[in-house]
Amino acid sequence: MENNNWQASASLELIKRRARMLKDIRAFFDTREVMEVETPLLASSGNTDPHIESLQSIFRGQHYYLNTSPEFAMKRLLAVNAGAIYQICKAFRDDELGNMHNPEFTMLEWYRPEFDMFQLMDEVEALVLALADENIAAFTRYSYAQVFEKYANLNPYLATANDCRECAVQHGIEQPVGLDENKDEWLDWLLTQLVLPCLPSQQLTFVYDYPESQCALARLSKNKDGVVVASRFELFYGETELANGFHELVVAGEQRQRFENENKIRLDEKKPAVKIDEYLLSALEHGLPDCSGVALGLDRLLMALMNCGSIDEVLAFPWQRA
Amino acid sequence: MATYSTNQFKNGLKFIWDGDPCSITENILVKPGKGQAFNRVKMRNLKTGRTLERTFKSTETVEAADVEEMNVDFLYGDGESWHFMEPDTFEQHAADKIAMGDAVNWLKGQEPCVMTLWNGSPISITTPNFVELAVAQTDPGLKGDTAQGGTKPATLETGAEVKVPLFIEEGNILKIDTRTGEYVSRA
Repeated sequence: MENNNWQASASLELIKRRARMLKDIRAFFDTREVMEVETPLLASSGNTDPHIESLQSIFRGQHYYLNTSPEFAMKRLLAVNAGAIYQICKAFRDDELGNMHNPEFTMLEWYRPEFDMFQLMDEVEALVLALADENIAAFTRYSYAQVFEKYANLNPYLATANDCRECAVQHGIEQPVGLDENKDEWLDWLLTQLVLPCLPSQQLTFVYDYPESQCALARLSKNKDGVVVASRFELFYGETELANGFHELVVAGEQRQRFENENKIRLDEKKPAVKIDEYLLSALEHGLPDCSGVALGLDRLLMALMNCGSIDEVLAFPWQRA
Repeated sequence: MATYSTNQFKNGLKFIWDGDPCSITENILVKPGKGQAFNRVKMRNLKTGRTLERTFKSTETVEAADVEEMNVDFLYGDGESWHFMEPDTFEQHAADKIAMGDAVNWLKGQEPCVMTLWNGSPISITTPNFVELAVAQTDPGLKGDTAQGGTKPATLETGAEVKVPLFIEEGNILKIDTRTGEYVSRA
C-alpha cells in the first residue's frame, strides 16, 4: 500500500482558514493597541503544575524545558512595563495525545494590565466574535458553583470527596480506577463527565471562580457568599475547553510557595520535581502590574469555528505525521 | 512482573484485568487543561470475547499479560480437545472446550484459524468469518412458501443448528457468517 503520510492531514481549505484566523487575530490586537511579543520556547526552568508534563531537550549537556505556555516569560515583560501584550506561539506537553490533544499545539496568550477577570472575559468574547464567520450563539457565564449546582446538584466548594462519589453514583457516572479521596480529582472527573456534557453544544460558556485548591496562577478573592475562590475562568465551546484565564497572582512569596507545594505533590506522585522559574519570582519581587491574562488554544478554536471533530483535521501535520 | 502505566496505553496492548487477559480496542484521553487526566478504555476480554469499558486515573498501572496470537489450521476434534497445527512448523496445539467457545460449531477440518495463547496455553480460537458447511438434517420446506421469507431449523455437518430459508434441503452447502452464526447464502 502506498504511504501517503507525507501529505497534509488538514484540508487546504482549513490551512487557508487558519492563515485568515491568524491574520484576523493580529488585526484585532493591532486595533486595540496590544503589542505582539516573542519569548523563548526552550527555557532553563519549567512548569511545576503536577498535571502538566514538560517535554525536555538538551543543549550542550544541559536539560532545558520546552514551554507548556509562554506565561512566565510574558510576565517578565509585564514587569518591565511592556503594557498590554500578546503572543502566538507553540506550546508543548508530554503525554497529551488524542482526539482533542496534540503534544505540540498553538497557543494565543495575552495580558491586560488593569483588567479584572470579567473585563478580560469581555475581550475574549469580542475576539471570538471577530474571528467567527457566522454569528456564534450568545456566550453564557456561570460561576463554578452555579454550573455544578445546576447540572450536578452539588456545591463544589463545600462538598467532600465522598459527596462527589455519591454524586457520581446518583448520576450513573462511572468511578475511575485509582480515584479515591482527592476531592479536586473528583471535581475534575465530575466536571468533564457530568457538568460539561450538559452545556449546550456549539455554544460558548465561561466558567469562573474556581475552587481555591485549583487556583494555579490566579489570585484569590472572596465571592459574594464569603467563600475564598480563585479568580480564574475557563471558556468552553460545547464541552471542549478553549481557554484558561486568571486575574494574575502578583505576590512573589505566595507564588514561590505554590511552586514549592506543586513540586511536593509531584514528588508524592513519584513524578520528577521541576526547576522553579527564579526569573519569574525575581520579576514578581520587582513588581508586576495588576493584570489579567488568558491562554486560548488556537487549534481548538479553529475546530470550533469550522465544526471539526478531531484536532488532526486542523493540523497540517499532526503527531503521527510530524 | 511487567506492568504498563496509562501513558503506554494504545490499541492492542494486552494486560490482566479482573484476572483475565484483555486487549485495548479504544483509548481516549480525558484531560482538563489544568486538571487530572483519565484514560477511558474499551477492552476485549480475550477469554470471553466480551468488550468492557473502564476508566483509569492516569498514573495508574496494570499488569502486563503474556499473550500471543498464532495462525493455525484446524485438524480434528475428539470430543474433549480440538487439535490445531502451525502450518510452518507442523507443531500441534490442543484447545479445550472453554477455549473453543462457539468455534466448535464451525470447524470440520483444514480451516485457517487464529489461536490466542496466554502464558503459553490456548485461551481462544478465532475462526474464519465465513465457512461453508453441508446440511445434515432439515425438514422438507413447504412448496410455495419462499416468498414469505419464513425460516426453519437445520442441523449442519458439525452439529451446529442454524435458521435457514424454507427452500434449503439436506445435502445443500451453506455459507455461514461465524461472527453472527447466521445463514448467508447457498454456497
